[in-house]
Amino acid sequence: MTATITRRDSNVASLRRPNRVRLSWLLALVVLLALLMVASLAIGSRTVSIGDMLLGLGGSLDTLGQAAVNKRVPRTLLAAIVGAALGLAGAVMQAVTRNPLADPSILGVNMGASLAVVTGIAWFGLSTATGYIWAAVAGAAVAAVFVYTVGSLGRGGATPLKLALAGAATSAALASFVTAVSLPRGDISATIVSWQIGGVGGASFDSIRPMLPFFVAGCAISLLAARSLNSLALGDDVAASLGERVAVVRVVAALGAVLLCGAATAIAGPIGFVGLVVPHLCRLLVGVDQRWLLPFSALAGAVLLVAADVIGRVVARPGEIDVGIITALIGAPVFIAIVRRQRVRAL
Amino acid sequence: MTHNHTLVVDTLSLAYGDRTVIDALDLAVPSGRISAIVGPNACGKSTLLRTMSRLLAPRTGHVLLDGASVHRMPAKELARTMGLLPQSPTAPEGITVADLVGRGRQPHQGIFSRWTRADDVAVADALDATQTAELADRAVDELSGGQRQRVWIAMALAQQTDVLLLDEPTTFLDVSHQIEVLDLLTDLNRSKGTTIVMVLHDLNLAARYADHLVALAGGRVYAEGEPAAVLTEDVVRVVFGIESRVITDPTSEKPLMLPMGRHHTRDAGAATRHEEPT
Repeated sequence: MTATITRRDSNVASLRRPNRVRLSWLLALVVLLALLMVASLAIGSRTVSIGDMLLGLGGSLDTLGQAAVNKRVPRTLLAAIVGAALGLAGAVMQAVTRNPLADPSILGVNMGASLAVVTGIAWFGLSTATGYIWAAVAGAAVAAVFVYTVGSLGRGGATPLKLALAGAATSAALASFVTAVSLPRGDISATIVSWQIGGVGGASFDSIRPMLPFFVAGCAISLLAARSLNSLALGDDVAASLGERVAVVRVVAALGAVLLCGAATAIAGPIGFVGLVVPHLCRLLVGVDQRWLLPFSALAGAVLLVAADVIGRVVARPGEIDVGIITALIGAPVFIAIVRRQRVRAL
Repeated sequence: MTHNHTLVVDTLSLAYGDRTVIDALDLAVPSGRISAIVGPNACGKSTLLRTMSRLLAPRTGHVLLDGASVHRMPAKELARTMGLLPQSPTAPEGITVADLVGRGRQPHQGIFSRWTRADDVAVADALDATQTAELADRAVDELSGGQRQRVWIAMALAQQTDVLLLDEPTTFLDVSHQIEVLDLLTDLNRSKGTTIVMVLHDLNLAARYADHLVALAGGRVYAEGEPAAVLTEDVVRVVFGIESRVITDPTSEKPLMLPMGRHHTRDAGAATRHEEPT
């Protein structure tokens, strides 16, 4: 009897999750993000001294260096916010679809957002950032529903492969629609091209501000859904028997993801692979508990995109390579690695 | 100790498209006992269980838990009283046993509530009851089939429901693990009074472990009651369409069904010999 009791007590203690490990990873990521953000302020076509950086951060514009820092502050913030949004959106989409290949760009969600924005610019005179965001969110939602529906048709429901194929086909179709809409409109093509290439280079506080409510709402919805997504990970039947309303959880969590990647795409243009790569890396670090995985994915997404932005400025000095190209270079090999793995369906 | 609950299926019908799977079925589940549902493939036994746990919505009729329709009850409230372990559930890759079992606490937690001492104790109890405590830190996907099924049952136990439904809990297990799982469920029933309803493929195991045996045929209850009254040669003939002999199992004194095919029976051999002289 005593044996049982002591064993149980040690069990209870050992059941505490290895939170210390996770907390140290969290700390490491925060420090890394801080360092990268400092680098992002310092590095560019003009390298800035620490003194100038501090003055520039204080709002001083006396030297060129200080002015450059001043320009780089919103850009750095935007990279962090967009990266966090895409990383979190990717993690939520993987959880909602129980599909390791789910990602805003692979599922065609980013292209849906793009088409909506481009169509808005071309046909409806869309010109405000808030207008871009609403259009992008609507386009992202329609694309998400469409791809998921197509991917669920036939035997076996929404398997990873079918979803990826449906997403790729939809992305390709939407991309050609984007071209079809923008090509005959020479008058607006400059606007469209600059938005599409977008990236984070042209950021200003005025362009970031309209995105913030969407970002905050998307984060809140996604993180509040984490516990329910944990149940969903055990399959629809088990989730339902644990008292989850499975369809509601799916719709709400997907809404969070759509808000996040819609807003990110509206401001920074389509950026691929962040949402795919980041959750997989984070799963290696913190495991499958969504309550840790989701915030980690947001943080790591911010790290990745700020890093990609810095790299893009370093490798092509004095020019710049768009973050979307850098993330694709990093993301494509990871995508292939995931596809090649045998147990790709077991999420 | 658990509370008594009445679980009643009232003229339930369910169809997939045009095909009626359950046809005006009535069933009263005895509280605090083990019930086993048996029947041939496609007789609607899994469908019945899934409808009882509201994974499926009936076309007509009700499933009443303590007099209230389970399909209208708040989902979490139902999940605190009645749990379901579906057939061959899948766990996410890399999840640990402790994490999986801990997720059984979901219906007891709100969006903002923290993991409590009560949750810890419930999980530890569930691990102890299923003898999976030593596996707590292992990844579920590296366990054997029998261990994995015990872990899933531990998750259902952590949910601490008074009623537990299981859809073929012994599928894909070898005979020793089948017995292990059914013994475990019997322990649970005897020690806590948990009402257990399970769909089983194996008639003899069902007859041995169930207090109440339910034989389904064509979407209706053909026979129900004590195993000795239900598992008869006549019932096997009608429900499964085969001849059989039913004897009394010398170890459990429950009925034991011996199926007869066209081969390997003493009568069939005699018949063949009879025909040879012509």
